[in-house]
Amino acid sequence: MKWKVLEKSKIPVLIEELTREYEVFAPVKKNSLVSFERVSSGNEIYLGFQNTKKPPKEVFFPQTEILFTYRVGKKGVEIEEHPAPRRKRVLLGVRSCDARSFVLLDKVFSSGEYKDLYYLEKRKNTTIVGLACNHPLSTCFCTSMGGSPFGKEGVDLLLQELNGKYLLEAVTERGMELIEKFPWLMDAEKGDIEKAKRLFEDAERAIRSKVSVEGVSEKLDRMFDDPMWDQIHQKCVGCAVCTYLCPTCCCFDILDEGTNEGKRVRIWDTCQSPLFTLEGSGHNPRPSGKERMRQRIMHKFDYVVKNFGEGFCVGCGRCIRECPVNLDIREIVKKISTWQV
Amino acid sequence: MENLESSIRDIARKLLSDKKVDLIIGYEQGTLPLRTTPCFVDKVEDVQKLVWNASCDANLSKYLVDRKEKVGVVAKGCDARSIAVCIVEKQIPRENVVIIGVPCLGVIDRKKVEAKLGGKEVLESIVEGEQIRVKGEGFEFVLPKKDFLCDSCLTCRHRNPPIYDVFVGEKVPETPEVNEFAEVSDLESKSVEERWAHFKEELSKCIRCYACRNVCPLCYCKMCFVDQTMPAWFGKTNDLSDTMIYHIVRAFHVAGRCVDCGACSRACPMDINLRELVKKTEKIMKERYDYESGLSLEEVPPLGEFKMDDSQEFIK
Repeated sequence: MKWKVLEKSKIPVLIEELTREYEVFAPVKKNSLVSFERVSSGNEIYLGFQNTKKPPKEVFFPQTEILFTYRVGKKGVEIEEHPAPRRKRVLLGVRSCDARSFVLLDKVFSSGEYKDLYYLEKRKNTTIVGLACNHPLSTCFCTSMGGSPFGKEGVDLLLQELNGKYLLEAVTERGMELIEKFPWLMDAEKGDIEKAKRLFEDAERAIRSKVSVEGVSEKLDRMFDDPMWDQIHQKCVGCAVCTYLCPTCCCFDILDEGTNEGKRVRIWDTCQSPLFTLEGSGHNPRPSGKERMRQRIMHKFDYVVKNFGEGFCVGCGRCIRECPVNLDIREIVKKISTWQV
Repeated sequence: MENLESSIRDIARKLLSDKKVDLIIGYEQGTLPLRTTPCFVDKVEDVQKLVWNASCDANLSKYLVDRKEKVGVVAKGCDARSIAVCIVEKQIPRENVVIIGVPCLGVIDRKKVEAKLGGKEVLESIVEGEQIRVKGEGFEFVLPKKDFLCDSCLTCRHRNPPIYDVFVGEKVPETPEVNEFAEVSDLESKSVEERWAHFKEELSKCIRCYACRNVCPLCYCKMCFVDQTMPAWFGKTNDLSDTMIYHIVRAFHVAGRCVDCGACSRACPMDINLRELVKKTEKIMKERYDYESGLSLEEVPPLGEFKMDDSQEFIK
């Protein structure tokens, strides 16, 4: 039976039982911020948010990740590898937009000949428990980007909030396995399932922000030298807020920190930094904000469409809400889709 | 307020059509409630986009450095002061900028509004005199504006731009008696351990996005210490020690120059209180040199020169 219900009051029990077998990551509220952290009890978790400030990509792709440590000793360089942990994990409370971002990120980290084991091992060992969205924000536009507030892409088990309880829907075999670990869960009634369906329809209708990406990729192909880019970037200050808070942005830098003894780390990087394409010679093919903004838009809405078949935006709206100067990516996409090249 | 808005548009229109400036930098309506966004106008007909309201929070002087054109910029008191600092530091040629000075009674801190609403989203907001009306799904509240102003505005003593080429409207009353260092004194009274614990906790939220640095008009260095290699001064990961070095050193780099416009704290996506460390350096400047930055185009800043009668009590 793939449909169960969980009383809200029973969440701490569920989490407690989960922690016996899995490492559990869930949203935790600290002052004004809600973010995904490792939890050891159900009382720590907070599910009353619209969406977390930082996206859950950091559970698979941390901002700082040690790849290996090294020491230059008498016998030469000694390297100690730091493989990704193999422990089983549950990542709970992920909105459908963010769950879909994992499916997109998978394409980058497992494309072609080179598989990124740091990301993939964590991904393989994690069960995703999604949290459907009853009240999308005005900045949400997931439905324009191939998603939905009750979307199941990337989700193993979907929690749907009814009154005082959650409907649990197993989406994959892994989700089913998780449900079966809790035989005390009650079967859902037809009424619960119908209520959830109505909430889903309400949520989809509530999404007012619509962004058409039809033809944008083809249009961008012809716009590389267009004067539009001169205006669009002007107010951007070139920080990393949009890229770091974006669920699908995954550019990174690799550095060695420490001379005779140290570590090789991977850290988040941002195409909005002037250093991003600064070459050893001193030449920079993207010398100003104009080229860097053009790059961001073309990467998200053109290059990845060619590489992976779809745009790298899930419509979560974080970049819109958090940009210090209110640069709105929806405006840019709208401008492009109606632009006379 | 509406008069100020139409005055700003008139002034901008005249400056552009008289070719006194090539570009006007001001504010236009944002795409979200309680937000405006920087606006770059080079055509007379676009002057209509310019707005003036209590959400005009950005410090537009950020956009003045390294410009070849002549620019007219809308500037609040704090913005005009940071322009003055940049002029004195020879980053902006005085003759290249026309400062459109606007008296400001404070900008709204949308994070305070969001906190008050406990997570409910504002879908519409209207400022009605001294009140803010906020509407959302299933709610409508009227909030007293004075309780939702940015912290930097609560202790502002320069509501009228001290430096300007054109002054919009009438001067507003100042509040010179306000104690702008109450927060700092509070921190000073805590022990070293308490203070360190406080800063560690605040700064542990930092994701090294550099929004704070990038919105600051005084952070104009072509090669910022953050980005330097050979030598690299500190690490680029989000290790707490490296993160704290970044914030502490940046505080020292803006010490004696910061005008407390509050742009850094507003920009921070992780809601870190970034003003309080720098505010301490401002207090030292006031007490030691009786100095406030950005009020004069002639005075050499105390940290830019040495006078024979400067106190040297710290040299033992």
